Amino acid sequence: MTGGNGSEATRAAVEVRLEDLRRTYGTTTALDGLTLTLSPGELVALLGPSGCGKTTALRLLAGLEEANGGRVIIAGKDVTNVPANRRDIGMVFQAYSLFPHMTASQNVEFGLQLHRVDQDERRQRAREVLDLVGLAAHANKFAHQMSGGQQQRVALARALAIRPKVLLLDEPLSALDAKVRSRLRDEIRRVQLEVGITTLFVTHDQEEALAIADRVGVMQAGRLEQLGPPTEIYSRPRTPFVAEFVGLSNRMPGEVKFGGVEVRGTQLPLVQKDVPAGPAVALVRPEAVTIAGDGESASGPLVGTVIAVAFLGAVSRVTVDLGDITVLAQLPTSAAADHPAGSRVRLALRPDPVLVETKEATTASA
Amino acid sequence: MSRARRFRLQVFRIAVFVVMGLFFLVPIGSMFEFSTRGNSATAPRNLDAWLNIVKTPELSEAIIASLELAVITTLAMLVLVLPTMVWVRLRFSGLSRVIEFICLIPLTVPAIALVVGMVPIYRWININVNDSILTLAFAYLILVLPYSYRALDAGLSAIDLKTLSEAARSLGAGWATVMLRVVMPNMSTAILNASLLSVALVLGEYTFANLLAYENLQVAIAYVGLVDAGTSIAVAVASLMFAFVLLLILSYLGRRQAPFAPAAAADYDLAQTVGLSGGVIGRAGR
Repeated sequence: MTGGNGSEATRAAVEVRLEDLRRTYGTTTALDGLTLTLSPGELVALLGPSGCGKTTALRLLAGLEEANGGRVIIAGKDVTNVPANRRDIGMVFQAYSLFPHMTASQNVEFGLQLHRVDQDERRQRAREVLDLVGLAAHANKFAHQMSGGQQQRVALARALAIRPKVLLLDEPLSALDAKVRSRLRDEIRRVQLEVGITTLFVTHDQEEALAIADRVGVMQAGRLEQLGPPTEIYSRPRTPFVAEFVGLSNRMPGEVKFGGVEVRGTQLPLVQKDVPAGPAVALVRPEAVTIAGDGESASGPLVGTVIAVAFLGAVSRVTVDLGDITVLAQLPTSAAADHPAGSRVRLALRPDPVLVETKEATTASA
Repeated sequence: MSRARRFRLQVFRIAVFVVMGLFFLVPIGSMFEFSTRGNSATAPRNLDAWLNIVKTPELSEAIIASLELAVITTLAMLVLVLPTMVWVRLRFSGLSRVIEFICLIPLTVPAIALVVGMVPIYRWININVNDSILTLAFAYLILVLPYSYRALDAGLSAIDLKTLSEAARSLGAGWATVMLRVVMPNMSTAILNASLLSVALVLGEYTFANLLAYENLQVAIAYVGLVDAGTSIAVAVASLMFAFVLLLILSYLGRRQAPFAPAAAADYDLAQTVGLSGGVIGRAGR
């Protein structure tokens, strides 16, 4: 990092609180009482399917829409009724949002002009932030002369140039192709850490959310289902929705007893407490399923036939037909090579804590 | 493309250009020729008719009044229509059909019917407020509404208005800044089109002015034509040339804008330039 950016990094980050935010459109409830606190300098990702209310939450925080209830508090100040242009936020949009009639540098300086920064400092800061996103050489290009990834990086620079209190990222990567997406994702995280700004990142892509967020909030139907660090969201999902939305899960019937769940002869610990004994469906991650050995001569509840092997690079995903259900197992590619489609295998379940869906929970969530 | 084909295309282009050029230039040339004949069969060629434009006070007053009307109408149109359209698109998108319908109504009502409806209003305005010819701007504003709406609508459709305005707002821009520094520069071609249409319509307007008893350019040309055909033709040529120069300026500015202007707007620009009002009427009927 260059010395010029020192002032960016040392700026004090602020806390952002959303308190019981509500928003309805006609008869549809987009946001049903969202409460969320972002610690200073933290990057929180809101993750969920489209229509879950994550974008609404971000737009309410930005002031681009009005809440029907609840409060938005930035740095201890209630800004619920403050218009968007006086909230001191920086925002990057899903659609390309650079002003087409201005160069990259003019785009960045636009916000600074509105904040009455004098010309010399404006130039200086525009250079700094364009340097920060690695585009100093493209300062004089127009949007139509840049790639999608470059445009989004300029948009990020433009949002940061005004030194906002909060950075809002509204699916900034979804219009880009896969390779650019993962590179820019890491770039955003690097810049965010360097600047140390409190950031809300909205995405429907779990990989994105898990990769760069300090905490991930999984949303469904206008409510926050679970909020926690990425590892916790992935390995200890608190609700069946989270378990199925984040990562893949095998739905395996079993029976809750002795404080665990028995799945095809294997006893697995539970994530939840106080699950009533009785039949249930366990949600087992593919990486918790291993191939214990050749199943040619063996029989048993976990013996079956490989019906497909999907090569994903370092790992492969093996689909095994157990007769009544099919199960996905994720293995190192070298291990999967021994079990081509058609071969008989015996599976083993690693005793990681699993989430179960009981009859009642299933009907409640349906 | 083969050479023969390119050659045929070139011949076709030149042919179209020559035919259309003659179509426009022969009448204008003839008018110019007529305006220089002088008042009797034996008089030598002269520019008396052209000098009369300046020497006839009613005529020069009418020209100035028409130019003033064109400017006032155009500015009023921009101030009224553009922010309304932006506002409707951003906040009340459900209303856009209604606004479109309202803006297109003047196209379907014959000018004569509009005027008959306006006579009582103008009588009241003349008696109680002012009887200046510039009050015609109100009527003309209604007249240019459908054309300017169409031109501006095409320009607005070509930009991502919502994202651009939200981006500007998040950077600290108020609504006036959003309009002046983000929306308008990105639809300058459409604004120029709308303005040109409005100027051309106002300069060519006869029915309203005549029936409301005001003397604008076209009414004056008609009057002068009764006593001095040469002068009236000279004014007609001059006003045609004026519109022609405006068109040239527009297409020049439009081309200079092209690198930044979205493709759709540029196409629309071309369509406009080729078939001034005919193109718009055709569109509106769709």
